Amino acid sequence: MAMHQIEKSYDNLQVVVPPADVAQSAVSVRNVSKGYGNVEALRDLSLEFPRGQLTSLLGPSGCGKTTLLKIIAGLLKADSGDVEVNGVKVAGPGPDRAFVFQDFALLPWANVMRNVAFGLELRGIAKSEREAIAEKYIKNVGLAGFERSYPHELSGGMRQRVGLARALSVDAQVLLLDEPFSAVDEQNRRKFQEDMLELVQKEKKTFIFVTHSIEEAVYVSDQIAVLLPRPSRVSEVIRPTSFRHKDAANIRRDPEYLDIIDRIWASLRNYVE
Amino acid sequence: MKHRSLLLKLLSALLVFGAWEIAGRIPVSFAFPTFLESMQALLAMTLDGRIFVAYAETLKPLVVGIVISAVFGISLGLWTGLSQRFDWLFSPVFIVMQAAPLAALIPLLVMAYGIGLTSKVFVVCIMAMPVIVLNTSGAVRNTPSSIKEMATSFLARDRDVILKIIIPAASPVIFSGLRLGISAGFIGAILAELKITPTGVGDIITYSRSIADYPSMYAAIFSIIALAVVFLNLLERFENFLFAGNNRGYASD
Amino acid sequence: MSSLVIWALLWEIIGRMDLTFFIPPLSHVIVTLFDIIGTPAFLKALSETGYAFFGGVVASIVIGIPVGILIGKSRLLDEMILPWVNIFLSAPLTALVPVLMVLFGFGMTSIIITTTLFAIWIIILNTRAGVMQINRSMIEMARSFGAKPLEAFFKIYFWAALPEILGGVRIGVIRAVKGVIIGQLLISIVGFGALFELYSSNFLMTHFWAVLVVLFAMAFSISEVLAYLERRVAYYAAKR
Ligand SMILES: Nc1ncnc2c1ncn2[C@@H]1O[C@H](COP(=O)(O)OP(=O)(O)OP(=O)(O)O)[C@@H](O)[C@H]1O
Ligand SMILES: [Mg+2]
Repeated sequence: MAMHQIEKSYDNLQVVVPPADVAQSAVSVRNVSKGYGNVEALRDLSLEFPRGQLTSLLGPSGCGKTTLLKIIAGLLKADSGDVEVNGVKVAGPGPDRAFVFQDFALLPWANVMRNVAFGLELRGIAKSEREAIAEKYIKNVGLAGFERSYPHELSGGMRQRVGLARALSVDAQVLLLDEPFSAVDEQNRRKFQEDMLELVQKEKKTFIFVTHSIEEAVYVSDQIAVLLPRPSRVSEVIRPTSFRHKDAANIRRDPEYLDIIDRIWASLRNYVE
Repeated sequence: MKHRSLLLKLLSALLVFGAWEIAGRIPVSFAFPTFLESMQALLAMTLDGRIFVAYAETLKPLVVGIVISAVFGISLGLWTGLSQRFDWLFSPVFIVMQAAPLAALIPLLVMAYGIGLTSKVFVVCIMAMPVIVLNTSGAVRNTPSSIKEMATSFLARDRDVILKIIIPAASPVIFSGLRLGISAGFIGAILAELKITPTGVGDIITYSRSIADYPSMYAAIFSIIALAVVFLNLLERFENFLFAGNNRGYASD
Repeated sequence: MSSLVIWALLWEIIGRMDLTFFIPPLSHVIVTLFDIIGTPAFLKALSETGYAFFGGVVASIVIGIPVGILIGKSRLLDEMILPWVNIFLSAPLTALVPVLMVLFGFGMTSIIITTTLFAIWIIILNTRAGVMQINRSMIEMARSFGAKPLEAFFKIYFWAALPEILGGVRIGVIRAVKGVIIGQLLISIVGFGALFELYSSNFLMTHFWAVLVVLFAMAFSISEVLAYLERRVAYYAAKR
């Protein structure tokens, strides 16, 4: 049933059905349902996440995006259905996935350095080595000089970047980002978007990216999954094709880009009303 | 006005001790010595070393009792905080103990263990333990689930979660439980010395009262209260220093 | 709370095994409890304790709340009084009981004062905290509508700080229970103190435990009822 929805097509848009070929998918979610008590968050949701590509999840607040991400991360168990990462069924958290949390989840008693290196610390990597790696990512997210600061001394956006650096530093193949730029300022947001695209291109990492910004989703994604409100299923999957290779300024003026934004907005607006 | 606060504190101390002095001079009661008389008695006790001997005696059950309560209380608290089954089994007992006037057990303890050190240690323990256990288990239970989840997602084993997440997150509350426990322990230690057998500072208080040497009695009481307050204050400072980061609350959104 | 049944069972078993003279079976204690609960000695102890307890609680509420509001409002008074409140909050108040005994005699007055001393400081401290978190705009609102100081005191400060005040009263009352018993133990010619003395000197273990059970049950009920009331009132705490 979910398949039918994915196949919904538009005449002037190129909507490509994601290949069902498992080898191409870094993450496959099949018929996953999840409820909390009598709240049904996900119902029979299926979605493929192609390897080395960036997939955005768009959907109304409370529709179950975080829930889906946590199921993929192995933090939550689905009530039914299953999730495969690289062809292996997910039974719990693994080194192949790294999570950026919506609420940052920093350790308040640890400074930026230890927070960023925490994933590596848990993997038993020696202190000097992990701090060298963390150092690099701290610089990468623009927090150089704040290594010894504590989370309470940072602004919201800076904290969020600590969480980002922590996820990047464990060098996982699949990155699960839950609204990672929500508190980041516009300049940094654009920089991170570029960085993210670069990581996708150069290191062939697979990104699963939750955002509330339609423009951002269309701008960075190889594939955009629009989710229905609770109980959540995939309403459509859109794969922009023609503007990927263009530069930033031109993408934002591209007719396909603008068209997709309108389409998504039109379908999301239905749920608001 | 950096010194304003200190100045006001001094002023208020002056007012209170001044009022004490004046009330003693009127006198409001034959059993109410002046502040200066009491301080003189304290000085005399300090000079002839009596007070040190007394404190050596008083602090014995207090220290032993606090150490026992801290070790057992924190372990039990961790245990009940981590395991739902033990929580179900033990928490109600400590909740009742926390609300109940456990001092009422003293006559029983005396019958069972006599009037020696054991009874006094017990008194300190029953006063200090419940708050330590409850604070510890509450703190463990209230560890924000988002950071536990974060650790799990980065492959923390159960041991890592306990050592690197739960204990650091809980330690400010555990520590303040310990401080409250010590405060209650002081109450217990003095109660034991006044109720069971007069030893140490309790002995000075009781004896001076019986020979109507009120300045000495007030001096001893003043000294034990001052000792407790100063010690607990230092502990609180140490606590603030230790958990400077934690005290600002959890940094999320 | 259901696990208390298991502990009661354990108590019964240990009691029946006759391990120690000091722990009689719970069933005997309960039976004794019903025997003594109507006796004049018990009722006298209960009423004396209740009297001292309520006296102390009322005194600490009536004095504590206004003092708390006052120091919460006035920075000068706050800086002068707060250190003393903190001192007495953590001081071993048991040490003061002998002073009360020589000043006020071996009777009810001393016990009431002991109870008050145990309860009042936390009430002051919490009231102060409650007053200090009151929104400035609420005070200005009252001013702009022409509230007189005394009116503002009772109509604004008291209600706006009520959740914290109730929290303080609850802890204060729990401390008062402990204070009244400690007072009676040290001044052991009234209330349960006298009863404990009587039972322990005659080695009436089941009687002793029966009184303890009643006492603990009452203390626990008081604290639960207050916690319940606090939850009922504190619902608006988050919405201020
Ligand atoms: N631990 C939980 N217990 C009960 N219900 C929950 C829990 N977590 C989430 N839910 C419910 O499940 C639904 C989906 O939640 P989820 O956090 O996945 O939404 P979301 O899409 O991430 O929302 P947002 O965009 O606001 O972050 C919500 O309606 C929420 O009420
Ligand atoms: Mg979410």
